[in-house]
Amino acid sequence: MSTIPARPADAADVGQSLLYGMLRIRMVEEAIASRYHHEEMRCPVHLSIGQEAVAVGVASALDRRDAVLSTHRAHAHYLAKGGDLRAMIAEIHGRATGCSGGMGGSMHLVDMEAGFLGSTPIVGGSIPVGAGVAFASKQRGDGRVTAVFFGDGTTEEGVFYETLNFAALHRLPLVFICEDNLYSVYSPREVRQPAGRDLVALGRSMGLAAERGDGNDVRLVRDLATRAVARARSGDGPTLLELSTYRWLEHCGPNYDNDIGYRSEAEFEVWRERCPVERETARVIAAGEATVASIDATRLRIAAEVDDAFAFALASPFPEDRDLPAAYASPLVNPR
Amino acid sequence: MTREITFAAAIREATDQCLQADPRVYLMGLGVPDPKGIFGTTTGLQEAYGVDRVLDMPASENAMTGVAIGSAIAGQRPILTHQRVDFALLSLDQLFNNAAKWHAMFGGQMRVPLVVRLMVGRGWGQGPQHSQSLHSLFGHVPGLKVVMPSTPHDAKGLLTAAVQDDDVVIYIEHRWLHGVVGDVPAGTYTVPIGAARVAREGSDITLVASGYQTLEALRAAEWLAEDGVSAEVVDLRSIKPIDEHAIVASVGRTRRLLAVDGGWRFAGVASEVLAIAAEQAHASLSTAPRRITLPERHTPTSWPAAQRYYPGVPEIVATVRDMLGLPPQSVPPQWRESGYGDQPSPSFRGPF
Ligand SMILES: Cc1ncc(C[n+]2csc(CCOP(=O)(O)OP(=O)(O)O)c2C)c(N)n1
Ligand SMILES: [Mg+2]
Repeated sequence: MSTIPARPADAADVGQSLLYGMLRIRMVEEAIASRYHHEEMRCPVHLSIGQEAVAVGVASALDRRDAVLSTHRAHAHYLAKGGDLRAMIAEIHGRATGCSGGMGGSMHLVDMEAGFLGSTPIVGGSIPVGAGVAFASKQRGDGRVTAVFFGDGTTEEGVFYETLNFAALHRLPLVFICEDNLYSVYSPREVRQPAGRDLVALGRSMGLAAERGDGNDVRLVRDLATRAVARARSGDGPTLLELSTYRWLEHCGPNYDNDIGYRSEAEFEVWRERCPVERETARVIAAGEATVASIDATRLRIAAEVDDAFAFALASPFPEDRDLPAAYASPLVNPR
Repeated sequence: MTREITFAAAIREATDQCLQADPRVYLMGLGVPDPKGIFGTTTGLQEAYGVDRVLDMPASENAMTGVAIGSAIAGQRPILTHQRVDFALLSLDQLFNNAAKWHAMFGGQMRVPLVVRLMVGRGWGQGPQHSQSLHSLFGHVPGLKVVMPSTPHDAKGLLTAAVQDDDVVIYIEHRWLHGVVGDVPAGTYTVPIGAARVAREGSDITLVASGYQTLEALRAAEWLAEDGVSAEVVDLRSIKPIDEHAIVASVGRTRRLLAVDGGWRFAGVASEVLAIAAEQAHASLSTAPRRITLPERHTPTSWPAAQRYYPGVPEIVATVRDMLGLPPQSVPPQWRESGYGDQPSPSFRGPF
């Protein structure tokens, strides 16, 4: 029941569809990075290059009707869940055809059709909202599972613990996905959390199922997520997944920043060796599920789709004030 | 001797001098020692004062505000920074319920000498959750002082005054001021909290502004002068306590009042300014006072919409002309906003 979008007909097997989802995210993010200096995308962008396996592995365990909430670093989650690519690129360009109509930019993605209920850049802000969506599913008995994505830095916010507690208390159909990329902006773990922090033990002690895994191994992520989603769907309560990964580019923006002093080129190289896309590529080729030529052909198709999305965005109008939503859903008027 | 440095450098210098002068002062915030150093306002300070006095912190705004309060009642003098006002919203419980009240709530036995630096974001698609101007919210609560410098000189002097103050001071800095250059004395000095300044003298109308909007008001005054309109600009510098005397005195001279504020209208600083004039300068007013504020909606990310969202020089000039009964005027070329309106300076290359 994969939700990986627009899976090409000739890539029927799971291996290639996981690879396809990651390749597509990688190529979209690379296109944003390489075109950012054109200064048409006039908003902050927090790219997910290096972290694709978490998004794709988790989304592959979800149904389309399931819900996802995310953070400032949301492009991968949105795309993996089946969010519309054109609408995302248009949103980053501030166009009226964007998924939030130009109100939100890169940090406020949404696709109601795909069950992507929003991403917000206030750290921790979307976690309890995800729990609320799961609470509604429990109340309504609709069988929907919700997944909330967040980073390692976010586990420092009080709202994270408060939400874990409530989710465990009410056995919500919820999966918490912590993407541990070692950094919160430019701050390493050492200045934020004591050595030896065991998030899995913490989650378990709070009454959740919890597991840790290599977030750059898309099949492992899929397996962990599949178990977590099954638990959630069968009423066995929430799961906390801690997945280790690494962001390749700067915290916000299109560049590499291994030279500015908060991390080393050597550390980056170690993680680049663990590239989730390359690992899965090697695996599918070794298993005979795909060939270099078929992957190249897939790349060409994705490149055309990406070009189309950028062309669509650039050809779209900017929103007029009357197109932008008011602060209130109903008119703010005094009864006469 | 005069010396020109940026607003950001002035903040850094004040912090440096406060850390130097008083061992009880310490500085804490997300990213304080990182390579970007809070837009250059904290660069090098950890190297100079050590990791116990200049430190990063977990992303735990509410708890860390409580920690700062606790250390303050125990004798320390913390400076806490947040890179956006919006992030500090997580700490409102500690700020409003504890910091603001601790002194009075326990019979006046303790003081909370805490400074909280908050940055207002604008431009390059900051959008709904990274651009809020909530100074009036902080000003609303008894027990909090609120300052909002508009020049490098005042940035340094007000920060030093805030650190020396025995109460909680919310220090609000607009991102677009960080690169502004101006005269700043090298030695330690303070600018008194609660004293506005007349940034430009005039006789036809008083423009009351604060923070970044002071710059817009000054530019508007320049344009108005070309057409023979003499606008006085009062830079509030402090929102709480607000300088009622300066407002009343200026309106007494000009007989007209336009409040220009970077926040929303309802119960905002511009409303407060008009209320002061209505109560204390009613007889001086020759025409109804007016307000320029943000529209009653959220900041759009899309740059052309954001450009329309922020009122600036053209809106101020048009309102003043209307108040003076002058005909509307199309924007002369030299006053036309160039570019996208989403950069603090033409050299800025995004993202924040
Ligand atoms: C409440 C709040 N505090 C601080 C920030 C500034 N900030 C933006 S992203 C970020 C890093 C969060 O780190 P993490 O959760 O690990 O996510 P990552 O960026 O690594 O994906 C911070 C501190 C914020 N947006 N909101
Ligand atoms: Mg992180």
